[in-house]
Amino acid sequence: MRPLSWNLVRRHPIAAALSLLLLAGLGWAAFAPVRVASHEALFEIPRGTYAHRMAGEKVDIFPQTIRLTLGLNDVMVLRNRDVVPHIFGPALIMPGQSFRLPFSTASTYSFQCTAHPNGGLSVIVDPALAPGWDRLAWRLRRLTNAA
Amino acid sequence: MSPQSRPRLLLLGVGVLALLVAGVVMMRSPGPAPSDASAVRGAAKAEPMAAGMFNPAYAAPEFSLNGSDGSNVTLARYRGKVVLMTFGFTHCAAVCPTTLATLAQARSLLGKAADRVQVIYVTVDPERDDAAHLRDHLAAFDRSFIGATGAPDALAAVRGKYGVTAVRQGTGPDYVFSHTSSIFLIDRAGKLRALMPFGHAAGDFAHDVNFLLAH
Repeated sequence: MRPLSWNLVRRHPIAAALSLLLLAGLGWAAFAPVRVASHEALFEIPRGTYAHRMAGEKVDIFPQTIRLTLGLNDVMVLRNRDVVPHIFGPALIMPGQSFRLPFSTASTYSFQCTAHPNGGLSVIVDPALAPGWDRLAWRLRRLTNAA
Repeated sequence: MSPQSRPRLLLLGVGVLALLVAGVVMMRSPGPAPSDASAVRGAAKAEPMAAGMFNPAYAAPEFSLNGSDGSNVTLARYRGKVVLMTFGFTHCAAVCPTTLATLAQARSLLGKAADRVQVIYVTVDPERDDAAHLRDHLAAFDRSFIGATGAPDALAAVRGKYGVTAVRQGTGPDYVFSHTSSIFLIDRAGKLRALMPFGHAAGDFAHDVNFLLAH
């Protein structure tokens, strides 16, 4: 007597092949190494930020907490497009200048930042995506965003 | 088995075989998974420097302070050398000793190239860190290190030029400072090229110094 699954395969070979393909695709999505074209996470201080702040306006440039992932977007690029220097994260950045900071250790980094109203910036660097659910979820999110 | 089902089964067999081949190719493909520590280091190594780099790089702000060797400390004095400059205070219990020990170890790793590197340690605590005290303190790490001190206003002006903060905390003789712990990397032409956040290993400094000596 043959197992039921083999009988199913014999009866519905195309459906079985498609199921295998789906499983293989999920397996690939869960375990294949993540490769991205750029590791950069770019953040900019727009022109006029200082003037707006001096005028008493609330200026929200970017999140007070920046979240990065090793192996994915682990190079923080800070660019100052304003006309005055800003302490942006860990560095004093001149107008028109950028600061490119690679991270190689997962941790939480606290920096000062004059671009923020309260003068603080946290950078949380998460570990690289683990094989399995992490990579699968990341690829599904990416697919959803693209759609 | 009916003759009609043979092509379907053949197709299924070919599909399974193709999946197996694809799986084997995928598992043997070059490049480790990013979850591996080696892959993470690999991504970091793809960058020219471990430190954060400024682009474009501008001249490092000049200053003139009292050196722990009895002379004036200026950046111009060290043209032709890579300068590693950091801010701290000698009564610091954790961050500053770690930084100084790391920089001393980096000089050891550099071998002969260490002669082309100058560490400058600018105090944020002129009240306790006079030139003689800085000299004795730094000698415990590396005799080539230069300490810099001066009037509170002069030191505050230097900190302002570099975006460094230092906030006094506590009262009495055991006060401390919360201060910027990054290390500034200044090239042989006096340009502020990069900034290394606290926590990097000596090897990263040695790597970056070699990069600045070569570029």
